[in-house]
Amino acid sequence: MKWLVYVVLNVVLVLSARAELTIEITQGVDNPTDIAVVPFAWQGPGSSPEDIAAVIDGDLARSGQFAPVGRADMLGRPTTGAEVFYRDWRALDTEYLLIGRVSVAGQMRIEYELFDVLRQTSVYSGVETGPVNEARMLGHRVADAVYEKLTGIRGAFATRLLYVSVTRVRGGNDYSRLTLADSDGARPIVLLESREPVLAPAWSPDGQEIAYVSFETSRPAIFRQNLATGQREQLTNFKGLNGAPSWSPDGNTMAMVLSKDGNPDIYLMDLASKRLTRITRHYAIDTEPAWMPDGKSLLFTSDRGGRPQIYRYNLRSATTERVTFEGTYNARARVAQDGRNVVIVHQRDGRFHIALLDLVTNRLQILTSTELDESPSIAPNGSMVLYATKYADRGILAAVSVDGDVKFRLPAREGDVREPAWSPYMSR
Amino acid sequence: MKYLPIAGKAITLLFTAALLVACSGSDTKKEDEAAAAAAAAKAARQTAATQAAAEQQRLQDAATAVGNVFYFEFDSSALTQQAIDTLNAHIVALQGSATPIRLEGHTDERGTREYNMALGERRGNSVRDYMVANGIATSRIEVVSYGEERPVAYGSGESNWSQNRRVELK
Repeated sequence: MKWLVYVVLNVVLVLSARAELTIEITQGVDNPTDIAVVPFAWQGPGSSPEDIAAVIDGDLARSGQFAPVGRADMLGRPTTGAEVFYRDWRALDTEYLLIGRVSVAGQMRIEYELFDVLRQTSVYSGVETGPVNEARMLGHRVADAVYEKLTGIRGAFATRLLYVSVTRVRGGNDYSRLTLADSDGARPIVLLESREPVLAPAWSPDGQEIAYVSFETSRPAIFRQNLATGQREQLTNFKGLNGAPSWSPDGNTMAMVLSKDGNPDIYLMDLASKRLTRITRHYAIDTEPAWMPDGKSLLFTSDRGGRPQIYRYNLRSATTERVTFEGTYNARARVAQDGRNVVIVHQRDGRFHIALLDLVTNRLQILTSTELDESPSIAPNGSMVLYATKYADRGILAAVSVDGDVKFRLPAREGDVREPAWSPYMSR
Repeated sequence: MKYLPIAGKAITLLFTAALLVACSGSDTKKEDEAAAAAAAAKAARQTAATQAAAEQQRLQDAATAVGNVFYFEFDSSALTQQAIDTLNAHIVALQGSATPIRLEGHTDERGTREYNMALGERRGNSVRDYMVANGIATSRIEVVSYGEERPVAYGSGESNWSQNRRVELK
């Protein structure tokens, strides 16, 4: 529990003065791996535009599986293998040591090397190159490589988040901002600002495009937006609900909710032809479609049994089966890439929690203990679940590992934050 | 159905004016009488119109006085007696006009956002169906659900939630 005490007392990482979100790690694993990330040597002119080692250090700490050594405790600051003295790191009980060098020749180039302190050997080395203004993303990629080398699980730090931040305006319309940020909440970019509600952000499977619902036309409509070009297209303008866009794994189809035919049903839109196919026909509420990773079926929420529960629609057989049976409120499923772990909103004793449903064993495990938890979004490597909750009467983002062991919060400096959507792996 | 007596009075007045025209006597006298009758009819129409307008204004004031918000119980889209009473005042006022009607459905913050979007629509539809059953043309009514996105009260707890579970008539 040394680690837990350490994080509670010390780790309120303020990542950057311009970052909108901060990180407060509230719970880590009992025996995290001790790792020292030594400040990387800057070999360019002036000073380094970004503290790459701090980015990596923060990523590893946030995973909850690593306990980074504080810089003040470091007995040396090696930047090459020749400068590594293992006894300095054994003295700190450090298991692994990461060093590196950053240079710029047109592009930024990061060379790094990972050492096993106990075995006194180099275990991994690599190089990351990219534009200077993507320095943080390069740092996240180094963290991904280190994480994968030491845990066997692909890292998901070099990914992005979409979320909605809201500034309350008493007696008037709130400001809603659809925001894109690094996976640690840094470098927020406002993609859309509106005095009308914005919600339900969703990623295209290649991470190049997003979809969302905006009320800017005074009624809900689904929009699609290219992140690189900013090009934007209004996909729907139907009477009634236009909501819950969900991109198919092949990127060709968008599942959505429309109530144009009387009550909320799930439709599929072929994005090339804009042709609609209605896949549910029920007088109950059918909403919140989520594709299974193989694209052969979708999960959705329906109150056709009287209370909201998760159902599964099989596209080939056109059959629907009920998936959740435990409790009186199970909604808004999101599926991990393994096609097995599903995160949902589950109500127990009047409180709304994030729960993990195993589709193979049908076991339901509640992951959170707060009471207004919603909008779970799972990391592309399946390790962490980002969700929205309320803390001190404000909407904040929080994260929990799928085993429930690691927890952290990402409160905003001001306003409410909600509706997180974790990107897929980004292509380089 | 309070507008009916007003319309009825107007029709009676017009009919009386027409009778005056029909019953008038010889040429010049007839013309004078016809002119007088026309003037009387016009005055009657104006009076009727003024009275109708005044009555419509009275109905609208009465509707405004009860407010344009209809509240709902938790997890319910059934109209409460309070909502019906409020709604009735609006229906009599709306029957005397042809303005478009926008019903905005809202929920409290509990539950998921998209599911609440659907619940808000259900509440809007409840109000719409009651209006249509009471003679308002369905083509005049648009239902837009905001789900939990537009709270009136930002805090948690029933005292806030009960203010947010509502349909607003715009």
